[in-house]
Amino acid sequence: MARVLLFGRLADVAGWRTRDIDGSSIAEIRAALASDAPLAEALEGRGVQVAVDRVIVRGEAALTAASEVAFMPPMSGG
Amino acid sequence: MSVVLQDAPFEAGALLTAFSAGRTETGAVASFTGLARAEGGGTSILELEAYPGLTDAEIARIAAGAVERFGLQDWLVVHRTGRIAPGEAIVFVATAARHRREAFEACDYLMDYLKSRAPFWKKSHGPDGARWIEPTERDRTDVERWETP
Repeated sequence: MARVLLFGRLADVAGWRTRDIDGSSIAEIRAALASDAPLAEALEGRGVQVAVDRVIVRGEAALTAASEVAFMPPMSGG
Repeated sequence: MSVVLQDAPFEAGALLTAFSAGRTETGAVASFTGLARAEGGGTSILELEAYPGLTDAEIARIAAGAVERFGLQDWLVVHRTGRIAPGEAIVFVATAARHRREAFEACDYLMDYLKSRAPFWKKSHGPDGARWIEPTERDRTDVERWETP
């Protein structure tokens, strides 16, 4: 189980921002989200980054029940 | 050396005055203020989303790079979140250094990184609906200037 957060347009595509999802890895979280095809496609989009417990990760990460997994589309400040 | 994320509007002049006060070994303070544009009526409100705990940490990491690269004495980044009206300030960056070149360049560097590397998501609301704003090609090439050896 992990707390999944969606930011920017990803939350609009999914229609939610925060959800608890079963999974012990990022791949398992992605698989659990794959039933929503538009979201799954958006998560694979160019420039989407993943953070685990508020640290940007590249590749895979082990998750615990307390993990917070964020999917973040391309960033634009200023 | 601090990052402030806030929903409330801020007054850039007051921030600059406070940042500049009491400096006896700083020869140069540079600042930048970014304002929300109306885009000819196309944007009535900008909505800025951040990820507290990650956004501030990433900005601090970017600024630590500027301190090392330019020998900055101090810096301040104030960034709005939430709903911002045209004409209001979105971002304020100030840098302090012994000499002007370092202060100017560090301010430019920080803004280039904030535009495309800091965790913010920006949505424009207008008469034609809402749309997400993502970094432009120009934003990408601006930040790449600092990454070529």
